[in-house]
Amino acid sequence: MPDHAPHSHLSDTELRVLALESLLADKGLVDPAALDAIVDTYENKVGPRNGARVVARAWVDEDFRQWLLRDGTAAIDSLGYVSTQGADIVVLENTATVHNMTVCTLCSCYPWAVLGLPPAWYKSFAYRARAVKDPRGVLAEFGQVIPAELEVRVWDSTAEVRYMILPQQPPGTEALSEDALADLVTRNAMIGTERLGQDRGHGLGRG
Amino acid sequence: MDGIHDMGGMDGFGPIPIEQNESVFHAPWEGRVWALNTALGAWGKWNIDAGRYTLEQLDPALYLSSSYYQRWLYRTENMLVDHDMVSRSELETPPEERRVTAEREPLPLDEILVRQRKTRSARVHEDIPAAFQAGDRVRARNIHPTGHTRIPRYVRGRVGVIDRDHGVFIFPDTHAVFAGNKPQHLYSVRFTARELWGPDADPGDKIYVDMWDDYLEVP
Repeated sequence: MPDHAPHSHLSDTELRVLALESLLADKGLVDPAALDAIVDTYENKVGPRNGARVVARAWVDEDFRQWLLRDGTAAIDSLGYVSTQGADIVVLENTATVHNMTVCTLCSCYPWAVLGLPPAWYKSFAYRARAVKDPRGVLAEFGQVIPAELEVRVWDSTAEVRYMILPQQPPGTEALSEDALADLVTRNAMIGTERLGQDRGHGLGRG
Repeated sequence: MDGIHDMGGMDGFGPIPIEQNESVFHAPWEGRVWALNTALGAWGKWNIDAGRYTLEQLDPALYLSSSYYQRWLYRTENMLVDHDMVSRSELETPPEERRVTAEREPLPLDEILVRQRKTRSARVHEDIPAAFQAGDRVRARNIHPTGHTRIPRYVRGRVGVIDRDHGVFIFPDTHAVFAGNKPQHLYSVRFTARELWGPDADPGDKIYVDMWDDYLEVP
């Protein structure tokens, strides 16, 4: 093992990243302060809370719901959630007869503007491999039992269109405020690996 | 290319690794890799399709044995070398032995964000005729391009129905190798689970795959 002096507690990957960043900073290719700000944006500002606000608005405002389903990109932009990548968003509505879920079998495409960066499971080989072939088995691992009569639709994000699921509003929540409704909406419900109201408390995925 | 990244339908990867209360980055270095990738992309030396193609060309054994952000790290290093932004020897020289001088001023955050906004959509605003329309039956062509492509193996040769026309988009196969945008219509194509996976699949379930005109033919 080489002697890594001041960083001897770091893994080879950590050392490799440190070396790369210092090389790029020395060459004037990156500004470390800009990197700090980019990390901060995705750790603290962009995340599934954005998508939850979109869903809550659709639940309380029928015109917005229709606009969201017709032109998701424009409706989401109108709330100020503008993506830096994968800007074209299609929103798919779950109903009493249809359950939608999304995957990217070829890489890890995900609607950053509304959900932030994807969870590790979304990027895992297991999810990418099986979501299209055994969606009901995958959903069962998330604790979701999908009745046989419900049609499952899996959307593979093979292009620069990003998919977001509009979950069904749980029964008995009609009197809640928009803010309170947003609190009910989980990240996994907007990916389609959870049906709200079916199994509260599992896979909240706010992380 | 028929690469390791084309995973749809594979078995053997085990259960879905679900984590509760997951943090955005699992270690600080992951965030640095993410941010480096964002900041470097703003130089405009490559595009998202070229980046994916570089990732797909990692050695398959390395691809499978690396974590997500490790793959991004290796991909970023390879792109920097391919595009003459750093040399392999600079990457391999320990920082304390390196003698490098700044070649330019780094892009400030505001400029990175401005440049990102320009490339955030792959939609092309050109009036190009569509070969198909919603409701048409189509076959995913049985093609095996050796370069970058976004037609997954699991749909090739299978018959589906155009669900919707997304409009005109950059074609990734050419864009990835800087051979032009070749703009064309992009569709969501609906397949029955049984068409893709045979008689044991659920009779009602559907799989939707986004595909460009060049991937489709009349069945």
